[in-house]
Amino acid sequence: MHCSAAFSQAATSATAVPTISGSRHVGALHSSSSSSSCTLLIPSKPINLRFCGLRREAFGFSPSAFTRCSNSQRVQLPSRRRFKGSNVCASLGDNGIPKSFDYDLIIIGAGVGGHGAALHAVEKGLKTAIIEGDVVGGTCVNRGCVPSKALLAVSGRMRELQSEHHMKALGLQVHAAGYDRQGVADHANNLATKIRNNLTNSMKALGVDILTGVGTILGPQKVKFGTDNIVTAKDIIIATGSVPFVPKGIEVDGKTVITSDHALKLEFVPDWIAIVGSGYIGLEFSDVYTALGSEVTFIEALDQLMPGFDPEIGKLAQRVLVNPRKIDYHTGVFATKITPAKDGKPVTIELIDAKTKEPKDTLEVDAALIATGRAPFTNGLGLENINVVTQRGFVPVDERMRVTDANGNLVPHLYCIGDANGKMMLAHAASAQGISVVEQVTGRDHVLNHLSIPAACFTHPEISMVGLTEPQAREKAEKEGFEVSVAKTSFKANTKALAENEGEGLAKLIYRPDNGEILGVHIFGLHAADLIHEASNAIALGTRIQDIKFAVHAHPTLSEVLDELFKAAKVNF
Amino acid sequence: MATLSPFLSKTPLSNTPTISFSSSISTPLKWKSITSFSPSGSSSSRSRRRIFIVQSKIREIFMPALSSTMTEGKIVSWIKSEGDVLSKGESVVVVESDKADMDVETFYDGILAAIVVPEGESAPVGAAIGILAETEAEVAQAKAKAASAGAAAPASHPVASTPVPAVSPPEPKKVAESAPSVARKTVATPYAKKLLKQHKVDINSVVGTGPFGRITPEDVEKAAGIAPSKSVAPSAAPAALPKPAPAAAPAAPLLPGSTVVPFTTMQAAVSKNMIESLSVPTFRVGYPIITDALDALYEKVKPKGVTMTALLAKAAAMALVQHPVVNASCKDGKSFTNNANINIAVAVAINGGLITPVLQDADKLDLYLLSEKWKELVEKARSKQLQPHEYNSGTFTLSNLGMFGVDRFDAILPPGQGAIMAVGASKPTVAADADGFFSVKSKMLVNVTADHRIIYGADLATFLQTFSKIVENPESLTL
Repeated sequence: MHCSAAFSQAATSATAVPTISGSRHVGALHSSSSSSSCTLLIPSKPINLRFCGLRREAFGFSPSAFTRCSNSQRVQLPSRRRFKGSNVCASLGDNGIPKSFDYDLIIIGAGVGGHGAALHAVEKGLKTAIIEGDVVGGTCVNRGCVPSKALLAVSGRMRELQSEHHMKALGLQVHAAGYDRQGVADHANNLATKIRNNLTNSMKALGVDILTGVGTILGPQKVKFGTDNIVTAKDIIIATGSVPFVPKGIEVDGKTVITSDHALKLEFVPDWIAIVGSGYIGLEFSDVYTALGSEVTFIEALDQLMPGFDPEIGKLAQRVLVNPRKIDYHTGVFATKITPAKDGKPVTIELIDAKTKEPKDTLEVDAALIATGRAPFTNGLGLENINVVTQRGFVPVDERMRVTDANGNLVPHLYCIGDANGKMMLAHAASAQGISVVEQVTGRDHVLNHLSIPAACFTHPEISMVGLTEPQAREKAEKEGFEVSVAKTSFKANTKALAENEGEGLAKLIYRPDNGEILGVHIFGLHAADLIHEASNAIALGTRIQDIKFAVHAHPTLSEVLDELFKAAKVNF
Repeated sequence: MATLSPFLSKTPLSNTPTISFSSSISTPLKWKSITSFSPSGSSSSRSRRRIFIVQSKIREIFMPALSSTMTEGKIVSWIKSEGDVLSKGESVVVVESDKADMDVETFYDGILAAIVVPEGESAPVGAAIGILAETEAEVAQAKAKAASAGAAAPASHPVASTPVPAVSPPEPKKVAESAPSVARKTVATPYAKKLLKQHKVDINSVVGTGPFGRITPEDVEKAAGIAPSKSVAPSAAPAALPKPAPAAAPAAPLLPGSTVVPFTTMQAAVSKNMIESLSVPTFRVGYPIITDALDALYEKVKPKGVTMTALLAKAAAMALVQHPVVNASCKDGKSFTNNANINIAVAVAINGGLITPVLQDADKLDLYLLSEKWKELVEKARSKQLQPHEYNSGTFTLSNLGMFGVDRFDAILPPGQGAIMAVGASKPTVAADADGFFSVKSKMLVNVTADHRIIYGADLATFLQTFSKIVENPESLTL
């Protein structure tokens, strides 16, 4: 549900233009291409070129450009000659005999995962197509992280403007903050549209063919899209994502009983809304709704709110994000039946005890948001044609995202990334998995370290994490026989946080004191989602505490919270 | 951390924020001379005491105030158990406040003799949560003390070194009608539930007025006697910016010898309200009222502490019950705001200003309670201790200048209300009755100013008719 910020950054920055936008190159493009997809690139759209340039930079690859526009005609820029060899390989069959495929790589699903894979595939010189049965951008861009960030941007400001205490402490006077619901909803919708266009343009600009229609796997290396278009590819990536999961007994009418899909349209702001599930999605929506004046009741099946978070962070988050707000909660209960409001009756929610299954309570509220997680969207994918059986809808894969069939054997040339495989249901994880697959199909083995993938919840303040929680780390330590230490720093001691009058917050480092390995970092506080990357990069690159603690941080910045954190760790090294 | 001066605090960057308590001096045992006791516990005075005075070194560990807003704390865990030997600076207990979990450490060496408040339970700031004995011999004594401390109400515990923030929740007010006895269960919104707890209001005493009869935060605030806080962000339309004030006319030059004294806060508020009142189209209706019966009643009830103000407020409230539109207000120029309560504001001149303490639910309280309430409000007003809801929740205002001999006057309608009644003096007047007989009666002129957007001439006239009937037959006021 959470996107990396790469897209929006790319759209607003222009640093990587020079290598591509020169008129000489543009001229070369023009003369060497004849296909229709190439004309799209041409010159009058420098913004597209800029986009892909930045994307490369964001991933740290050397500047190179697009491969081919269609069929065999390729645009060659001086800087990418060294890729020439790999391109030739890519179009060869497994046994070295050239086979004729329509594409080197077909990706089913143009969400963030598919997009990340497509861009990297082009980078690596693969002829790539992406099949999309709905709209480009998938859940993240259209019904997930992107529009929700727009709503959260509004809620953050509302919250600030309404906090008389906070404003007074800063010496500000604001009278009667109010909002226009339609205006807020439009902001979210406009943002989604903008990001969707950016995504589409970036792929078109690189020469990725966007094939419209529902994709179905017909057999090895063969895919149908739409009603009767059949294409072949050397490798296929499934990236079909997920849809909101609605438990049995809950009747979603899209008006008073809704999922995140509906909530993001913000068609109404109920006085009182029950949110079923207190994970990321539920928590973010509670932030939005309470800022806009609703009261919220959480319904959580587990005994604790925010069960996915490190317990200490969860406890603090509850103290800041739940207790002082107009929120109450029922934990350890299932919502077995939810009936939408009709005939002048409110929404009714029947609760049973999660353990004893005894009926416990019936709630009457104005609306209910079902945020119980997401279910993979893999129906109609034609997996039966290649003898793959899903597990609760998820496509089974190994650690290299290679799909395994009913007998546990690898299905050649077939990969699955993102929410559809259920390994880590985050937009940027899908993208990283896609890049990992492209690395593999272009001849470089790659296994993604999921423990280095950060996650964030964009409440006010934000929560972010990477790696293991403290209980997970202790369990692992127990099994493998090493010691675990924990270091913590408070935002209260950070100058920048205090200047913003936002001293509430905690950063927590879980590490091995014997070798300085970072096992996990959890942050709750102002801009936590942006702060986590220092830690996630350190984990990804294997940087140890004894090294990173000498890295210098600008003063005064929030990143000093992490600086303090690394310095607070005691490594016996 | 500045508020925690009595405590030593370790750097907040250590693993857990740590705080120390000074575990003594809160309640020295009764027989101990307080003057001999040094709060600082300096070694010199302590040793002197050891020599000259038989001293029991039993100290209480009490709930520290970990934040300026903390009123009670929960014991997360006892790090030490009963019988453990403690040394100065050691963490003893983890306390959860409204803000954070903190380790609390001891200032003294000793033995943790007894735990008064077990893990998972809460205690108000300043209450004893454990007992520290200095020597093994005193443990038994300390345990006995713990038993009594446990029995005693912890809230009454005196606090020496941690001032309890002076936060006393407003007394819950009884609501006249109890919740309708329907079989339906009572539903309260999450925030309403929080407010019930915060203001210690019994849920059964609140009548839900929200959708489907649920109890809303406003209902609870009303029941607790607080002016409803502004709801968060209900405006579907962006709030219009207030019009810029018209440019002030060029100030006339000061006459020689004159001085300029800026308004006090109260005077500034009056000024602002008066300017605002100009935007309301008002009209006035006067009415003569014979007060002989009222005066007679007043003489009777005066010894019981009833004032004329209370009588008039009660009479006005009773008349308003029958004419709710006069109790309504017009907030936006587009709608009636019908007030559920009849709150009579009464204008009072106090040193250099004007304030309107409010008799809430004046129709429901009896005359004697009303008089008592009024006395209390006037005292609070004089000492400037009125809470906002005690002076800005009025729905109808009464202004009486009769005691000065004023026979009639005209009041300005305060913004946000529908009507204000100006009461003149009651004076003997020759009156002719229906049969043409002349007699001398006490007559009082009242003059009501009202907002004509919602209250029309006939409304006011019939209201005054009712009011005069009540005053002329005042027995009902004492019921």
